[in-house]
Amino acid sequence: MLAPKIVAERPIDALLQAAGRVVLGKEREIRLALACLLARGHLLIEDIPGVGKTTLAHALARLLGLRFSRIQFTSDLLPADITGVSLFDRENNAFRFLPGPIFAQVVLADEINRATPKTQSALLEAMEERQVTAEGETRALPDPFFVIATQNPAHQIGTFPLPESQLDRFLLRLELGYPDRAAERALFTAGSQREEAERLHPLLTADELPRLQSEVAAIHAAPALIDYLQALVEATRRDAAYRHGLSPRAGLALLAAGRAWAWLDGRNMVLPDDLQAVLPAVACHRLRSAQGGGHARAEDIAALIRTVPIP
Amino acid sequence: MNPPAPAALDRGALPWLFATALATTLPHAEHQPVWLSAATAGALVLAATLWWRGRRLPRGWFLALAVVAGCAGIVVEFRTLFGRDAGVAMLVLFMALKLLELRSLRDAHVTVMLGYFLLLTHYFYSQSIPTGLWLLVSLLIATATLIRLHGGPASPALPTLRYAGLLLLQAAPFMLVLYLLFPRIAGPLWGLPQDAHSARSGLSEQIAPGSIANLVQSADIAFRVRFEGVPPGRDKLYWRGPVLENFDGATWRRRPAPGPEPAIDRQGPTYRYETTLEPHQQAWLLALDAPTTLPANAYLTPTLTAVSREPVRQRQRYAFASAVEHRFNLDEGRETLRRNRLLPGERNPRARWLAAQWLAQDADPERLVGRALALFSGSEFAYTLQPPLLGENPVDDFLFTARRGFCEHYASAFAVLMRAAGVPARVVGGYQGGEPNPVDGYWVIRQSDAHAWAEVWLEKRGWVRVDPTAEVAPARLESGIAAAIPAGEPLPALVQFDADWLKGLRYRWEAANNAWNQYVLGYNPERQREFLSRLGLPDADWRSLVGLLAGACGGVLLAVVAATLYRRPRADPALRLWRRALVRLKRRQVQPAPGETPLALARRLAGQRPDLAPAVAAVAAAYCRARYGPDGDLETLRTAVAELP
Repeated sequence: MLAPKIVAERPIDALLQAAGRVVLGKEREIRLALACLLARGHLLIEDIPGVGKTTLAHALARLLGLRFSRIQFTSDLLPADITGVSLFDRENNAFRFLPGPIFAQVVLADEINRATPKTQSALLEAMEERQVTAEGETRALPDPFFVIATQNPAHQIGTFPLPESQLDRFLLRLELGYPDRAAERALFTAGSQREEAERLHPLLTADELPRLQSEVAAIHAAPALIDYLQALVEATRRDAAYRHGLSPRAGLALLAAGRAWAWLDGRNMVLPDDLQAVLPAVACHRLRSAQGGGHARAEDIAALIRTVPIP
Repeated sequence: MNPPAPAALDRGALPWLFATALATTLPHAEHQPVWLSAATAGALVLAATLWWRGRRLPRGWFLALAVVAGCAGIVVEFRTLFGRDAGVAMLVLFMALKLLELRSLRDAHVTVMLGYFLLLTHYFYSQSIPTGLWLLVSLLIATATLIRLHGGPASPALPTLRYAGLLLLQAAPFMLVLYLLFPRIAGPLWGLPQDAHSARSGLSEQIAPGSIANLVQSADIAFRVRFEGVPPGRDKLYWRGPVLENFDGATWRRRPAPGPEPAIDRQGPTYRYETTLEPHQQAWLLALDAPTTLPANAYLTPTLTAVSREPVRQRQRYAFASAVEHRFNLDEGRETLRRNRLLPGERNPRARWLAAQWLAQDADPERLVGRALALFSGSEFAYTLQPPLLGENPVDDFLFTARRGFCEHYASAFAVLMRAAGVPARVVGGYQGGEPNPVDGYWVIRQSDAHAWAEVWLEKRGWVRVDPTAEVAPARLESGIAAAIPAGEPLPALVQFDADWLKGLRYRWEAANNAWNQYVLGYNPERQREFLSRLGLPDADWRSLVGLLAGACGGVLLAVVAATLYRRPRADPALRLWRRALVRLKRRQVQPAPGETPLALARRLAGQRPDLAPAVAAVAAAYCRARYGPDGDLETLRTAVAELP
């Protein structure tokens, strides 16, 4: 009724299904990841190794027909390893810039919290500015440009946790978690999903994604919805359980993600439902608990939603 | 230097001005000369036609000619150009002609202002509730026209009217304050409205066969009464009008004669009551027999009628106390008794012969009264509103030939028989009975309750009321005229409607009218003083009234300003509809959980309440579209909410 079900014909749904065949039992997470991409945001996946973070990133890149590169972050990774270096070309008698792995459309930054803050900030600067400045020269990154960073949970040994300000640059943060029983069994029987991802064919052409992104940005957000958005943001600021509430940038992120979620649902308007759906992914990594210092959990956000009347 | 060119009037404003002119002049058609109404209508139609066809307005010389002709007509009609009727006629004429020169914004303003002024003039003629309502509507139209003139073509009709209504509502507190506190002037300022003077039917100074039967046809209200405490029984309610002592053989006339104040001997409890008399242009106040306490400006005639010093020309309240059981004038003057035995020489010989026969058999006055009443209670006499025509000797014709008649026939015949037998007797006009209105507790006495009865003077008993009608038609006293009239005879208007709902409607309408009369029209200096002393301001003179007025207006203004500044935003219409849906769902034990969105509620119900789920899903979807969608579609939501079980 609300969403006219022309849905099955949209390539985006075929895309979601195809990704679902690779990353088993994670429909909601795939959807969130795609929403993040459509909202022109960057994605942070926080989980233990081996639950399919890389596979998801890989599958999305393949399906969207985007150039993909992967950077494994280690403690000795240098900024230039990400952005690229200039080498002296003897033939032309000049320096030649060798672009680093960041010059791709989808960049998978694996285990980002294993690298030093200096290296982390090189990546995050590129994410924010969508350009790289190396050796005095500014070079634009490709468009679309989408970073999927993964990080190990903070309690794992040998990590440099991302500071607050850096975390804020990720539009959404996901936890994949263990697959459920049935999905895991299917995984065991089917064999390597990473190879499956390699075999995926693009379902979108490269120039289609910007069009979809601008469609998403044009989704209607009524004054009543903005009221709800404000109420939610204010609720996080009022809540004594967190050190700080959500920033205005976080509010914008919530709205952008809500738009993408609504668009994925085939609607031309954002509903409170959309904000509720994306709020945990938007808010958890941005809210730090007043006691203990850990991040907010999805259950906390669900409780917070229950305290905010829908205007 | 040339004056600036007048601002042009846009075409779309003209229908508004026509409506204003029509609304403000139409009620005058009832009383102004026909030619003027025709001319006004003609001018309106002409102006509307010219507007419709987009033609030029008539030239100045044509209008000048029309003004001269119209004024000449008014002079011929009223013999003057001034005064109420001629003045109002002139204003109506000018309003009509102004429609033919609506060129600039200035002309339009003149028209609207003239309309406002014309509104006032209606109160010279009528101050009834329908008039008030009509003028309220006219005021709304005139104000909306003014808004339209300033708002330009961008203002559609309905919002303009709504805005005008809002403005008038905001003015209402000021109106109320001015009404209550503006110093009242005793007596009318510009003369009374026409409907206070108009010759309403009522008792006259003489009674001839047929006069009351005619009066009874009218359902008009003669007066209203409010009793303090329990009223006397209906058959005791004799409201006394003129006492008629002079008889010429057919007609009884009042004959004012000087005499001492009547001596009343109370025999029972005293009843206190307040009557509100409709204007009847006579002096009698129709008090209940026999009045013991009178209002300030009234006195009792020697014949026990309470009269005012001036004819009752406007609706007025009087407070009385009456002893229903009483005797009066036990020692009546000789001259009065002689006068009440007189009969004209030659007329009604058979009646006199009959009385002479009775007298010869038994001269005791009380037994003579009994004999006469026994005559009427016999089966030959009938009570009817349509008596046959009576000839030269009406009493003879009635007693011996027709034997059908109304109360005045019986009262008259009885008095004639008594006089012929030497017993002093006279006819009394007035009203009998009445009807309590269950809505406000007022008794209503109508013209249809008009009645005539007789009085005889008996030794040691004084003047005794004898109502021969009671012998013929006892029901007349117990339940009113409708019960007494034989079946098949046409009943007076309104009295015949016995349908309960109609009666209820009538009661309510009359109670509303009564309240209007009592509290709105009857708000005189006295009532104002009463009201102010209840506010804690006894003996307020005009100075303190002006101060109070200024203070109250300032207070209202401040309240309005505060209300405007702190006005809470009105809830979104879609949200109001959703809340209405939630109220309905609550009755079916369904409530959204905290933070639960409409769609989530619908999904939850799909599992829990399959009876409600589809309707709720429809409402939720429509609500989301209306409230969050780019184009708020309220209709679908309204239908969906209406279809909610």
